[in-house]
Amino acid sequence: MSDVGRFLAMGGYARFVWPAYALWAAVIAGNVWGAWRALDRARTRALRRLAARAHDAPDRSSS
Amino acid sequence: MNGAGASVVSPGQAALVLISRELRLAWRRWGQSLHPVAFFLMVTTLFPLALSPESAQLRSVAAGVVWVGALLSSLLALETLFRADLDDGTLEQVVLSGQPLAALMLAKTLAHWLVSGLPLVAATPVALGALAVPAVAFGPIMLGILLGTGVLSFLGGIGAALTLGTRRGSVLLSLLILPMAMPVLIFGARAADLAVRGEPAGGGLLLLTAMLVLTVTLAPLATAAAVRICLE
Amino acid sequence: MNWTWFHRLASPPHFYRIAGQLLPWFAIPAALLLLAGIYGGLVLAPPDYQQGDAYRIIYIHAPSAWLSLLCYTVMATAAFVGLVWRIKLAHAVAAATAPIGASFTALALATGSLWGRPMWGTWWEWDARLTSELILLFLYLGYMALRSAFDDLTRADRASALLAVVGVVNVPIIHFSVYWWNSLHQGTTVFKAQPSIPPSMLLPLLMCLLGSTLLYGALLCVRVRAEVLERERQASWLAGLVK
Repeated sequence: MSDVGRFLAMGGYARFVWPAYALWAAVIAGNVWGAWRALDRARTRALRRLAARAHDAPDRSSS
Repeated sequence: MNGAGASVVSPGQAALVLISRELRLAWRRWGQSLHPVAFFLMVTTLFPLALSPESAQLRSVAAGVVWVGALLSSLLALETLFRADLDDGTLEQVVLSGQPLAALMLAKTLAHWLVSGLPLVAATPVALGALAVPAVAFGPIMLGILLGTGVLSFLGGIGAALTLGTRRGSVLLSLLILPMAMPVLIFGARAADLAVRGEPAGGGLLLLTAMLVLTVTLAPLATAAAVRICLE
Repeated sequence: MNWTWFHRLASPPHFYRIAGQLLPWFAIPAALLLLAGIYGGLVLAPPDYQQGDAYRIIYIHAPSAWLSLLCYTVMATAAFVGLVWRIKLAHAVAAATAPIGASFTALALATGSLWGRPMWGTWWEWDARLTSELILLFLYLGYMALRSAFDDLTRADRASALLAVVGVVNVPIIHFSVYWWNSLHQGTTVFKAQPSIPPSMLLPLLMCLLGSTLLYGALLCVRVRAEVLERERQASWLAGLVK
């Protein structure tokens, strides 16, 4: 068996080791994406609120 | 509004007034107090039907079945702890009364334990008999259930207060309480299992007593804080 | 003792700026350490005497379990600070930490299960550690469920903070009871680390542990910024910072 082949086989435990690492990568990717998405959504909503307030500003006294 | 009225009645007297009120109300609606008991009996009798009628096998799972049944019934009973008082405004009055809220929460939970826990303890021999447990084991197991329902009432009070007024509060309540109830389940069921097998269960019962003392002293503080959070 | 640094950190606009500056200092070392640690663990470290190559799961299982506990500690501490000193930013930290901690707890359970299958022969073992992790997952889920049950953000903050504090008081009791229960019913078949782990095995593990901690810091920087933006509804400083 080639070196790469032996590495991938993980001494016969490949079907446990590789899914574990795949899950780990998925959880990290999911966390990174989730955090970025939360910030992005919060920014959009904050900008929208600011725009709405700026729009209303001429009609009412500034807070 | 902490006027002269608040200083006339001592916290102890206020607590007693609250307890007697709870007991009187429960007596008027005694049918409602029986719902958790009926649930308990139904759950415990489901297991022989699902497993086998063979006595030896039933006896081996009896401790666990009875304790899980008691736990689930206690969860069911917790829904009534605050709901009526929240709906008719009594809870707000209790909070505004100027008495130390933790003492009043202790009183309320104590009354709830008396109303919901004692009938469960009384029903335990029926469940145990159905599961082929020898009569000598009844005493220690009933004592364990008594102590355990106490711990669950006080822990559950915190959860009930936290979920006051939330939608689908009962499902959420179970999710919140169950992790914290696991030590009670572990120790209680172990003590009951020892009793079923005729071995001394004193150690487990002492542990349950210790847990009860811990929860009775600390839980009302958290319950009072939770009630304040949800009402303000 | 000069506490101004603490008060300034608790100020949302200040924190928002600092979090943005700190992010690369967390993220880049985290990525480097994790990649190096995983490479060391998968490729460079020798196979274990007893477990062959299956032990390599430890390089992701141990850091996940570590993070699950670290996150709960941070969450409960932040909740306590938020409750007692009424600092909104503390509640934001707790809220941001919960999903991170929950996901790594689930990962610890899954990787523990995958590790346990070749070692113990079954997909699930009521091992004391796995059972405690499972209960920890329930605690996280309860926190997040309670938080989402309230419409009012302040009430959600305070109620879930109280739950976190009550939970953290219970954690030692739960842990002790589960260990006691487990030791009664089965001989402990928990994987015990060899008394002297060769450095080639230990070093990647330490890198993964440190890298995971820094990853959590990086994720916090991003998520707490998002929480701050959600909470500062009326603030005028938003106009300057949000682009």
